[in-house]
Amino acid sequence: MRRILFLSFFLFVVQGHASDSGTKGLEIAQEADKRYSGYIDSSAKMKMVLISKAGDQNIRELRVQMFETVADDGAGDKSLIIFDSPRDVRGTALLTWSYKEKNDMQWLYLPALRKVKTIASNNKSGSFMGSEFSFEDMTPQEVEKYSYNYLKDEPCSEFTCFVFERYPVDSNSGYTKQVVRMDNQAYRIQKIDFYDRKNSLFKTLSVSGYSLYKDRFWRASKMEMVNHETGKRTELYWDQYEFGTGLSDSDFTNNSLMRAR
Amino acid sequence: MASQVQGWEVRGSAELEARYFPEESPFVEWQGNVSGAASLEVLHDWNSGKDLFAFVPFGRIDQHDSQRTHLDIRELSWIHVGEGWESRVGIRKVFWGVTEGRHLVDIINQTDLVDQIDEEEKLGQPMLNLSMFGTWGTFDLYVLPGFRERTFAGKNGRPRLPIPVDGENALYESSAADERVDVAARWQFHIEDWQIALSHFSGTGREPTYLSNISMQEASALLATGSFPIGFEPKLIPLYSVIDQTGLELQFLHGGWLWKLEAISRSGQGDRFFAADGGFEYTQSGLFGGVLDIGWIIEYLWESREAMAASPLEHDWLFGARFALNDTASSEMLVGLLYDPHTNERVLNVESSRRLSDSIKVALDVRVFMSAGQPPSPEDLIRDLIRQKAPMKPLSHYAKDDLIQLSIAHYF
Repeated sequence: MRRILFLSFFLFVVQGHASDSGTKGLEIAQEADKRYSGYIDSSAKMKMVLISKAGDQNIRELRVQMFETVADDGAGDKSLIIFDSPRDVRGTALLTWSYKEKNDMQWLYLPALRKVKTIASNNKSGSFMGSEFSFEDMTPQEVEKYSYNYLKDEPCSEFTCFVFERYPVDSNSGYTKQVVRMDNQAYRIQKIDFYDRKNSLFKTLSVSGYSLYKDRFWRASKMEMVNHETGKRTELYWDQYEFGTGLSDSDFTNNSLMRAR
Repeated sequence: MASQVQGWEVRGSAELEARYFPEESPFVEWQGNVSGAASLEVLHDWNSGKDLFAFVPFGRIDQHDSQRTHLDIRELSWIHVGEGWESRVGIRKVFWGVTEGRHLVDIINQTDLVDQIDEEEKLGQPMLNLSMFGTWGTFDLYVLPGFRERTFAGKNGRPRLPIPVDGENALYESSAADERVDVAARWQFHIEDWQIALSHFSGTGREPTYLSNISMQEASALLATGSFPIGFEPKLIPLYSVIDQTGLELQFLHGGWLWKLEAISRSGQGDRFFAADGGFEYTQSGLFGGVLDIGWIIEYLWESREAMAASPLEHDWLFGARFALNDTASSEMLVGLLYDPHTNERVLNVESSRRLSDSIKVALDVRVFMSAGQPPSPEDLIRDLIRQKAPMKPLSHYAKDDLIQLSIAHYF
């Protein structure tokens, strides 16, 4: 009698999990977000290396500042990216206010004209500084920006990875879906395959060189985006991560954007 | 806040510009011109970026036009960042506006017209500026001591009006002349997908109207004989009026559409008049496999002023496209066609640029005036001024000044 009850209970529980791949995908994303969060503010230097199919290299240098929004009104994180090289764009800066459920707002500061230009929200699929990263790749990710579908677990280098799909909610996105590989130990992104609007695999992002900061935050030192269609790739090298440096909301306004240099 | 500028930092650029005017001018003998310009940026931050200093001198040397050879302090300023406010003191440049065709609302800085005729270059303006911000937006208050006069091409400059402007002898409505203290304010905020800015300026308007230096007697002789009296050298004299100007800037974002409007109401320079520039920019990104971004622009430019005083853009269309190849050289091109349906005048502007190396950038600009008729003779121009008659084709003054301009800039 007890055995039958136990079996029924067991079957019930297994069935309950198997039909919730959407829920599991979302849970993974939420756990990853929780582990990424709590940084309050961060800054880092980034070197972007653009590599053509022939192997020619071009370098861009940037500084990235990020601010974690505290308010619960649908506002997401904010970021400020300041360009240091090439020299003709030095001092140009991009301010992004991300939102969980509506379009992000972005402004580009052009120092020579002292002009702040509002960027149209569908421009997110455009290339960032001629690299293989698009504007939407460079804006803060929010859990609510996607719907999820967990696929399976799979070995990936020395870890085991969750493999799940995520579908951008915004129709302006350049992607129909992304397949994310995230290690199940620390919930760090290892690889993302990007599928374009024709649903063909068009870019792959590989992330490596993770280090633990402040005993809590895993951040990568290298990201590589390969464009399978053009054969071009872009490598990002992150350095000098700093956390909790005392940035505040007022460092991510149009006024502070115009002070960037 | 992490400060980037450690100690003192000096940046700058040096540019060589070559211009060629394909058509002969009735006013000036040359068709090719070379000039060199340089600008420095001396920067210093301290107090963890809460205090910022900048010094930006600019200079140009022009082969033919001694008026175009000029020096300016574009910026000499100290910014102090407080809690929810900023103070900005010194000589600075402030840009207000959202449209491409005309910068109606942009009033703080005077135009350095002799440097570039597209009115994009500005002279530094002394100011005391207090900026406050909160959830309600950003509010800026300006006290503007001192007025900068517009720069104009000299007798041997191109492009220029048929009669050179005598900038040295400008007239002012205000008895304080160029020492008047003007004030301005602007409130910028956003509501959902709308970005709005309301501004007001009270003081000596930066845009002059023109008088001629002709006396009553000389004018009678001109009207009677059709020629200037012997020894008379015609000049246009700028007149700066004291104005009140209220401005509105509106932007609405929706998908790839950016709808924009700039509108002003100005009193004090003739009757009160209104002007507006509105339209949209629609962006297509990553065309042809991520290679090309195109921004399509259409704007309508209008003003209510009676034709005499009006700018040449009193009822014009602007059709433009911005192309950006997503290449490592950041190649881009902006093509714009200004079209006046009443007079059929058209101006085509093509601006293109690309990087040649990490520190060198090259730009090629072309401007073509079409159906603009012939520039009026100096006699006709003065006669029209005397009779308060508006030109049939306002752009005709520059009809012969189609221009090809190549510039190479080195950044250090």
